[in-house]
Amino acid sequence: MSANQFKSPVVRWIDHRLPVFSMLHHTAHDYPTPKNLNYMWNFGSLAGLSLAIMIVTGIVLAMSYTAHVDYAFDSVERIMRDVNHGWMIRYIHMNTASFFFIVVYLHMFRGLYYGSYKAPRELLWMLGVVIFLLMMATAFMGYVLPWGQMSFWGATVITNLFSAIPYVGESIVTLLWGGFSVDNATLNRFFSLHYLMPFIIAGVVVLHIVALHRFGSNNPIGIDTKGPQDTISFHPYYTIKDVFGIAIFLLLLAMAVFFFPNAMGHPDNYIPANAMQTPAHIVPEWYFLPFYAILRAVPDKLGGVLLMFGAIAVLFILPWLDRSPVRSARFRPLFRIFFWLFFVNAIALGYLGGKPAEGIYVILSRVATAWYFLHFLAILPLLSMFETTKPLPKSISEPVLGSSGRSA
Amino acid sequence: MANSDKNKNPAKGDVQEPGRRDFIVVATYAMAGLGAAAVAWPLIDQLNPAADTLALANIEVDISKIAVGQSITVKWRGKPVFIRHRTADEIARANATNLDDLRDPQIDTARAEKPEYLVLVGVCTHLGCVPLGQKTGEVRGDYDGWFCPCHGSHYDTSGRIRKGPAPTNLEVPPYSFLSDSVVRIG
Repeated sequence: MSANQFKSPVVRWIDHRLPVFSMLHHTAHDYPTPKNLNYMWNFGSLAGLSLAIMIVTGIVLAMSYTAHVDYAFDSVERIMRDVNHGWMIRYIHMNTASFFFIVVYLHMFRGLYYGSYKAPRELLWMLGVVIFLLMMATAFMGYVLPWGQMSFWGATVITNLFSAIPYVGESIVTLLWGGFSVDNATLNRFFSLHYLMPFIIAGVVVLHIVALHRFGSNNPIGIDTKGPQDTISFHPYYTIKDVFGIAIFLLLLAMAVFFFPNAMGHPDNYIPANAMQTPAHIVPEWYFLPFYAILRAVPDKLGGVLLMFGAIAVLFILPWLDRSPVRSARFRPLFRIFFWLFFVNAIALGYLGGKPAEGIYVILSRVATAWYFLHFLAILPLLSMFETTKPLPKSISEPVLGSSGRSA
Repeated sequence: MANSDKNKNPAKGDVQEPGRRDFIVVATYAMAGLGAAAVAWPLIDQLNPAADTLALANIEVDISKIAVGQSITVKWRGKPVFIRHRTADEIARANATNLDDLRDPQIDTARAEKPEYLVLVGVCTHLGCVPLGQKTGEVRGDYDGWFCPCHGSHYDTSGRIRKGPAPTNLEVPPYSFLSDSVVRIG
């Protein structure tokens, strides 16, 4: 693209010396996008918006928050009661955290269903898993900051995961805490890191987008675009579609913020932290529940921790577990069945993670955990060998235009 | 938003009036702008003093223990407030001053509800330093009131600027006497 296509002479002058406008134009305007993307492709921009909302509201909250065990809880209550609009800003931050995970989970299931992780998009997928991991760490540390009972005991339990590491576990936990229990030093470093990590996420998001734009978006039928007849420019076609998705997203977010602000939280976190008493039933935030269920399903400390981290690690090697050359589940009848089984199983794990670790729940958790790993480690490799896939269309245009798409 | 290229009707080859599309585009940007402004306001307004800060915006001071000629300094909204129990001579000199000699003309009775007690915000109107003159032995400047050591502003016994870079008199905070011995500032 030539710089002289901008109308404003100021823009032209700057762009000639610092081609930021050309870059933006190239990335968000001309960028050729498959013309058959459905609404499942909205969740990337929604995740980006969520990150932006989290950073803006987070910076504002940090202006009134005090990272000290004696003041943290009260400073959050002061935000809720005294700081102008503080209640709203905090509820937006809290609820957008949950919404961020909702859109990211949908974004990931989209990738799983349409095979977006397959060559040549393996690194794109892996960068996404890195973002997911960073998000989980950030969310966990953010949940500690209000210094309520759930904050404190969540921090205690999660940091204690590392004590399962043989020989050095205890030392690592002491290092993480900066003391002999979760205390002021822990709260301070968590605040520091909670502030830092969103910016690291933003950096990885840039890499994620660079990797995406190398080969362009995957699409619902999962075949490569063959030329300009298969693509449309990102602007205005997908900008307007993304804006429509954003409007729906903000509508739902506003509903949560203004009508059910605490629906996705836990009431025990409005009790100040007490190192002397654990709440009767502690659960992590809902977005951690599937992994929490896996942790509790294993009757061995180290084994549980390994499987829990393994549940995410397995996503890294997914492109090499599913070797089927066909990307989209539309043309993989068996894969599609197993995808939905996996989906239901993941929801079940989330449900079980929120239940007490006793009786039937333990047994069901074990079955679901086993299925989770079976899906990745056995079913996907076997399917790629034995599944008979349906014939793929010749081009993106063909299923719509019939034979005229072929000749294009 | 009106983009003349887009308004060309290829069939006719002439330029049309702005059409429905322009209206929709302008309306969309206007709504987005309103939305952005509505979202920006709470994020900006949270910088303003919070309810608990405003609740602490007044104090009550016992002035019965201040001897004639003595000054005390109290803290109000994070700033020093000077309360001077003036001598008859100081009051007389403040009243005797010719208003034409003042940079920021103001009569003394407009600055002190009760002439004996002068209540001032102890912040130099130049660049915010705290002037000297409250404690015995401190420099009081050429007019026997207060002297700001930062850039050399001299204030008289009514706290009015007489010499130096400060543009206006020392500010008189809102206050009222709840009784003969208690003053409420703020």
